[in-house]
Amino acid sequence: MTYLPAGLPAPVTEADKLDQPYWEGTRQGKLMVQRCGACGTWQWGPEWLCHECHSFDMKWVEVEGRGTIYSWTRCWHPVHPALKGFGPYVAVVVELPHAGKIRMLGNLIGDPQQKVEIGSAVTAVFEPHDDAKTPYTLVHWQRV
Amino acid sequence: MTERTLRGKVAVVGVGETTYYKHSQSPDPEFVLALKAILAACADAGINPKDVDSFASYSNDRNDPSRIASALGCKDLRFSNMQWGGGGGGGAAAVGNAAAAIVSGQADIAVVYRALAQGQFQRFGLAAAGGTVAGENALVNPYGIFVPAQRYAFKMMRFMHDHGIKREALRAIAMASYHHAQANPRAVMHGRPLSAEDYDNARWIAEPSRLFDCCQENDGAAALVLVSAERAKDFKQTPAYILGVAQGSNHRHAARAYNATDLGTSSFGPVAPRLWEMAKLGPKDVDVLQSYENFTGGVLMSLVEHGYFKAEEANDFLKLENLLAPTGKLPMNTSGGNLAECYMHGLELQIEAVRQLRGTSTSQVPGAKVAGVIAGPMVTPVSTMIFGAEETL
Repeated sequence: MTYLPAGLPAPVTEADKLDQPYWEGTRQGKLMVQRCGACGTWQWGPEWLCHECHSFDMKWVEVEGRGTIYSWTRCWHPVHPALKGFGPYVAVVVELPHAGKIRMLGNLIGDPQQKVEIGSAVTAVFEPHDDAKTPYTLVHWQRV
Repeated sequence: MTERTLRGKVAVVGVGETTYYKHSQSPDPEFVLALKAILAACADAGINPKDVDSFASYSNDRNDPSRIASALGCKDLRFSNMQWGGGGGGGAAAVGNAAAAIVSGQADIAVVYRALAQGQFQRFGLAAAGGTVAGENALVNPYGIFVPAQRYAFKMMRFMHDHGIKREALRAIAMASYHHAQANPRAVMHGRPLSAEDYDNARWIAEPSRLFDCCQENDGAAALVLVSAERAKDFKQTPAYILGVAQGSNHRHAARAYNATDLGTSSFGPVAPRLWEMAKLGPKDVDVLQSYENFTGGVLMSLVEHGYFKAEEANDFLKLENLLAPTGKLPMNTSGGNLAECYMHGLELQIEAVRQLRGTSTSQVPGAKVAGVIAGPMVTPVSTMIFGAEETL
């Protein structure tokens, strides 16, 4: 059982492989993000160099899947054929305070009409899509 | 060193529009719409279209200037320019780019244009089915986040949370546009007034936006003709002079998955001060304002970040009576704007600003001398400009 119906676009690694460690990590239930090997700056989304010191020595490190809701929306209007007759659903931007306050987007698991509050603590929930042509795993969030 | 500025050096001397249609309802292909708007703008100015030598547009407009110049039989094609970035963020930047080309001797008679036929091409508010996604889209589409109403919801929601903005403030913005559209026979929503009850009872699209917080999607085209200030009085219309223009973005705006340093912003924070500096004016000097409504929450942030009022004053300032021509504190979106006149990616807002300075708006602000135009907020890059009448030079 997935949070959203089947038929939404499947994420794939970029042709230049910039984000490959992230998507490989999710398959193993790990949240991998970038941290600069030279100056220690956390960075998300992925980029080829550090936005702080311009080192190309970007390391991929595992971070604990917890954070706080930074912003959110509840979507009612179906904009994709797979979402016809479905909804509402909630998407949250989550800030990871232990990883340089980088932010990640996912769905908020649970009652789609639940009260959502900025600042609430959440933990990551991995949602594997093993039957996809190229299997992938999404990262959702759940209230603590 | 001489001052580097566009202030007073270029004027809009012609404006043109096609009929504005609901999305997918244009009887004409998009390229025909572009041509019709350009011809109308040239006729308005009293310029032979064959004398146009330069073109500027934005948002990946599909109508190539070389084809336009060939179709029109332009004697000379000089400056061809496309402003980077999607949405309506480039609506003022494209005018500024054309003006910069004129001032630097790269262009003489420049046309800024935008054409949209969403029946011929894909709509903005609907996602294409199926397939795979990579890069930024891989981090958002699988979570059901596709279209602008959803993508920008996070910015508006955060700003409203941080500053305690009430829904009534957004409602005033929507109702002002619909109010002005009732006086404007060109407006797609002419004859379709919006009551407070209609607004409050409308369905949610993506919180914090209900239906009437969101712009229309339309077919049509708009164009402006620009010349140097020296030549501006050779043409038949009252010139609208560019007093200031600025484009840009906030820090790391395009860092994927909502990792801009400041998320709850229209992106005008660093841009608006440069506008006021070039224009040598401030928010209090603006007689009438057109502020691009992709979503009313975007207008809210644009106004705050331009300094029209502080975020903490928004609930008090954003009352309907303050936003209406002719007597409101800040008459805004006087043609009906993106919400109720036409979503021509905001180029119709430039045209309305010119009309206000000519004294020909259907919701005229008496004696308007300074007209502001804020192009599409929350995207990157954004842009903004100020037009002035001759007295302001």
